[in-house]
Parts: sequence; C-alpha cells; structure tokens
Amino acid sequence: MTKAQNILKVAVTALGRNKLRSLLTTLGIIIGVACVVATIGIGDGARIQAEDQLRSLGTNFLMIYPGSITSGGARAGFGASSKLSYEDLDAIRREIQDVTYISATNRTTQQVIYGNQNWSTSIQGAETDWPLIRSWNIERGQFFTDQDVRSANKVCVLGTTVVQNLFGSEDPIGKIIRIKNLPFKVVGVLESKGGSTMGQDQDDTVIAPYETVRKKLIGTTAVGGILASAASNDMVQRSQDEITALLRQRHRIVKASDDDFIIRTQTEMLQQAEDQSRTMSYLLWSIAGVSLLVGGIGIMNIMLVSVTERTREIGVRMAIGAKGKDIRAQFLVEAVALSIAGGTLGIFFGLGIQKGVARFAGWPVAVQPQAIALAFAFSALVGIAFGFYPALKASQLDPIEALRYE
Amino acid sequence: MARARKPADAPVDPSQPVIRIRDLYRIYRMGGSEVRALDGISLDVHRGEFVAIMGPSGSGKSTLMNIVGCLDRPTSGSYVLDGVEISNLDRDRRAEIRNDKIGFVFQNFNLLARTNALENVELPLLYSARTDMTDAERRARARRCLERVGLAERWDHTSAQLSGGQQQRVAIARSLVNDPAILLADEPTGNLDSRTSEEVIAIFQALNDEGRTVVLITHDTDISQFAQRVVAFRDGKIISDHQVVDRRRAVAGSFEDAAPAPATPASPPAPPAAEPVDEPAVAAGGRGLP
Repeated sequence: MTKAQNILKVAVTALGRNKLRSLLTTLGIIIGVACVVATIGIGDGARIQAEDQLRSLGTNFLMIYPGSITSGGARAGFGASSKLSYEDLDAIRREIQDVTYISATNRTTQQVIYGNQNWSTSIQGAETDWPLIRSWNIERGQFFTDQDVRSANKVCVLGTTVVQNLFGSEDPIGKIIRIKNLPFKVVGVLESKGGSTMGQDQDDTVIAPYETVRKKLIGTTAVGGILASAASNDMVQRSQDEITALLRQRHRIVKASDDDFIIRTQTEMLQQAEDQSRTMSYLLWSIAGVSLLVGGIGIMNIMLVSVTERTREIGVRMAIGAKGKDIRAQFLVEAVALSIAGGTLGIFFGLGIQKGVARFAGWPVAVQPQAIALAFAFSALVGIAFGFYPALKASQLDPIEALRYE
Repeated sequence: MARARKPADAPVDPSQPVIRIRDLYRIYRMGGSEVRALDGISLDVHRGEFVAIMGPSGSGKSTLMNIVGCLDRPTSGSYVLDGVEISNLDRDRRAEIRNDKIGFVFQNFNLLARTNALENVELPLLYSARTDMTDAERRARARRCLERVGLAERWDHTSAQLSGGQQQRVAIARSLVNDPAILLADEPTGNLDSRTSEEVIAIFQALNDEGRTVVLITHDTDISQFAQRVVAFRDGKIISDHQVVDRRRAVAGSFEDAAPAPATPASPPAPPAAEPVDEPAVAAGGRGLP
C-alpha cells in the first residue's frame, strides 16, 4: 500500500463510515452538477433545434410586412397598415439587384373539405419564387405556374399534414378539394418540414396562387407580406437597407417618421433565438452556481465536524510521524473525494434529466463530453476550495492537545 | 529486527547516552503567574536501559514525556536524542524524529478504529522518510512486529475485536515497526487490569533484554519495580534517581500463545471515556514515592 493509496483508502473509509451523512452532504454538489450537465445539454439541444428550424424556413430570406400606422397619435399594431402594395414588390424586384427571388404572400385560415373529410388549416397565397425562397421541395406533382398566379387559377399544393388528414393513404394529385366552397385542384405535395420555432406544424398548410387567395378567399387589394431572398448571406443586411430606403421613398416617409413596414431577416431571427437560449442558460447556470456554493459550504461544514470527531486520530497520526502536510493531504483528499463522488452522481442525474427532457419535449439533446469534463472539474474545484480550510485546521492541531482530546 | 540499519543521521556513538538532557526548563505562563512544569532537569538515559519515570500528578513527568517524545519544545535547555539536538527543531523536523527515533505506547492504546492490526502496525512506515521500502517489505515488517508481540494470528482483527491487552500489544508492535532508538511508554498499563498489565510489562522487559531502550512513565510504584532504574519527579524537579535493587520479572508465559482468552473484562476494549486522561495518579491518591 503506497502512501497515496493509503490516503485515498483512509478517505474512502472515513466517508463510508457515515454513508447517509456523506450522501446528504453531497446533495448540493449532486444538484449543482446535474444542473450544469442538464443545462449544457438541453441548452445546446434547444439552440441547435431553433437554428435548424430557422434555417429550414429558407435561405437568406427577408420578410416584409406592413407595419404600424400612426393616426392622430394612436399607433395601431403590427400589420395594421395596408400600404404595402404589389407595386412596391415590383419596385423591389426591379431595383434591388441583390434580391434574387421575391414573392407576394398572404394568408387566411379556412376549412378544407375533401369527400367526407374536412380539416381547418392555413391557406397561404404565394408566387412561383416561393418554394425557392423557402427552400422547400415538391415531393409529388409540381408547383403551380406563373400562369396560374396571373389567372388566379384554383389550384393548390398541400403540406403533408393536410394530405394525411384529408386523403389518408389516397393519392391527392389531380383530386379536387373544396376551400370556402370553391373547388381547388391539387397539383402537388410539399415534402415534410416538421415543426417550426414557434412550435407550429409547418406541414399543416395549403399553398395556392397569390392572386387566387387574394381575390377569391380574402377579397382585398393589399399585399399580406413580401418574402424575398438575397443572393447570399452577407447581402441580407445590404438588401434590407436598400429595401428600407426604397420603400420609405415610395411611401414618402419623412425623415423623422417611423417606417410603415417591417423587415425581418433570417439573421435577426437567428440572433433572437440565440439571445433567448442564452438567457435560459444564464438562469440555469446561476442555479448551478448557487447549488455548487451551497454544496461546497455543506462539504466544509461536514469536514469541520469530521476534523473535530477525529481529533484523537489526528493526534495519533502526528505522534507517529505524520507531518502537517500529510494530515492536510488526507483531509483535502477526503473533501475532494466527497465532492467528486457527488459530481459523478450529479453527472448521471444530469444525463438522466437530459434523456427525460429529450423524450418528453422532443428536443434533440446533445450529450457533450466537455460538459461532463467541466462538471467534473467544477466538483473537484469545489472540494478543494471548501475542503482547504478544514484540512488546514486539522494540520495545525497541536499533537499534545489532540492526543488528550476525548 | 536488529538495530543495525539506522540510516537516518550521522553515525551515532553507542557509548553516548541515547537521551541527554541538560538544564531543561518548561515554563507555562498563565495570566500573570508562571508554572515551572520542568524546573532545570538534567538526565541521561543510556542505550539498553529500562527507566521508569515516576511521580504524582503535576510533578512534571507528563511534560517531560512530551518533550522527550518531541511533541513539545523546552523553554530552555538542551535535549539530545540519539545524537540529534531536538530543542530547536521545527514542527516537521520533530515529526520526522518522532517517526524515526521514537516508539510511542499510550495509556489508551490509540489504535485507529476500523483498521486492522496489521494496518495499524504498518502506519508509521507510511509516514516514514524512507521511501525505498516496497509494499511487501512494509507488510512483512509489520507482520514480524505482530509476531514479536504474539498476535500474528490476529493481524486482520480490528481494535474493536481485540481485548485491551491485545490492543496494547498491537500498539507495542506499532511502536517497534520503525526500529526506534527509544520506546516511550506513557502509563501503558493504566487501562489494564493487573494480570494483563504484567503481560504487557513482560513484553517491555523482553524487548529491553534484547537491548532496546525503554522509558516508562508511570505513577504506579508497583509497575516501576519492573524497571532497572527509577527517576522520581516532584514539582518539576528530579527528587531521586536510583537503580532498582530487587527488580521484578513479569510473567512472560501467557502472551506467547496467540490467544490469551480475554478473561479480564475489566479492561474496556475501546479508549475509555471515564478515565482521566492526563494524570491518573489523581485517582490513585497520593501513592508514596520510593
């Protein structure tokens, strides 16, 4: 038995002597470390998912919506202005070089009927650039044509959720569905995209020509929104600025006034999602920090008790030749063993929490080795930091007094 | 267990006394008054001697034992142990000296709980500066020491599983394991009944017969008669120092068999709580000096 082994054995024996106490002592560490592991895993999982979903919305896209209007000092909300016109869209298409694809969009919610099945879903009006902006492929059939848009033909493309609910296993291509009592011919089916950031099912939708939706389903002249995509990621910002300038000019907005439209870019949305997940991690990190602090104090407390209880033992060890540093090492190792044991348990708990969350929330959870290493390092650090004072106190005992201690 | 290997310090002249104390003072200051626990002691102990330090409570014998055991430092004066001046050594150096040159035996045994006899005996080796020893060598050495006190068979017993006398024998084995210059026994029979006491004393006598120096601190006149020489203390001074004329021999027989039935329940197995720790002579009530 070497000296190091001996120190370790003594520490483990001392901890094993009072299992319940050791367990309770490490509870703070267990919770803290579990928090760290779960935080990093879940936080990263959530972030990755948010980013994936945002990316799935399309590539380098910009959304232009009618903004708030001010009339007599009262500001109406988002989308209240109906000033965005198709002429604006044409101007953007004509004048902004960086915008490669552009499509007018509008949206309404309607009951869709096929045979004896019906389903309430959102009907989106779009132009032919739309699948390119959203990078959304057609699984079966085809997308409608420019001619369909211009002539406001009653054709549509279905999301997979709608297909499942109306058609089951039947092939929908060429079938007629009824929207607001008008017959629409199904020309294509979009491939499945899954849920979006906001949690809604992106596949639960029907896409129809913009003009058809505008005239036959909504009955308005206003443009619901404009979806555009820039040629590349670094052109998004420039496009946004250019579109802003163009629309302000076209809408004759004076310098000091607010825009009467809103442009949101994919980059902005990504940023926002990141900010959200960062706030979430700060919260979890602070819980972890407090737990580790409390755990550390618990360890210090129990180590001080242990030093007092084992005063005589310390005296004996000193009498037979243990130096201050030997005693210090012994108690420090004990504190670190305690906190590392807690840390290890905490890692398992944390991984368990991750698994649980992954299963119930349906989030992808990334188990990261560096999170585990970090948690482990944290727990060892807590052991050293909070075990040091009791160990120092033990090492400074007077052997004569310690031997006399009852 | 020959005393041949002694690599610690410069070669020691065997004709020199193993303990050489000159004008030793230990003065405690308490508030305004000062207590002279040791009041100018000079004492030599030669190699192979068996010396009993006698005296009532407060006579200064415990203070002397703490200084001789390198647990405490004198206020002034010189203490040379096995050729090394101790009085000016720092804490760590004194710990090394304790490990290397002193074998402690305590009144309340002071074995580690939940640790078996062999590991208890091995313990001083783990704090030893001699790092050249392998695990197997340490183990073998500890085992030989246990054999020496007749407890080889019980190497895996923890102190709770041993009688008081057996625990004290394990403690003696522990004191021997580093091959010390002196055995320093502080009331080693204080917690034992008379029969077990004699067994333990017999071991000290046998070790002394092999040439080991034994310093025995006791308040018990009967026990002191097993020594060769008795040094009596009172009020921090040596009041007598003489050879024992009619030295008693302890009955050695019983301890050699490995299992002396613990027919002596008088001795509690664990460190007793009720016993006064420091100077049990108080309980004995003014036992006369020789």
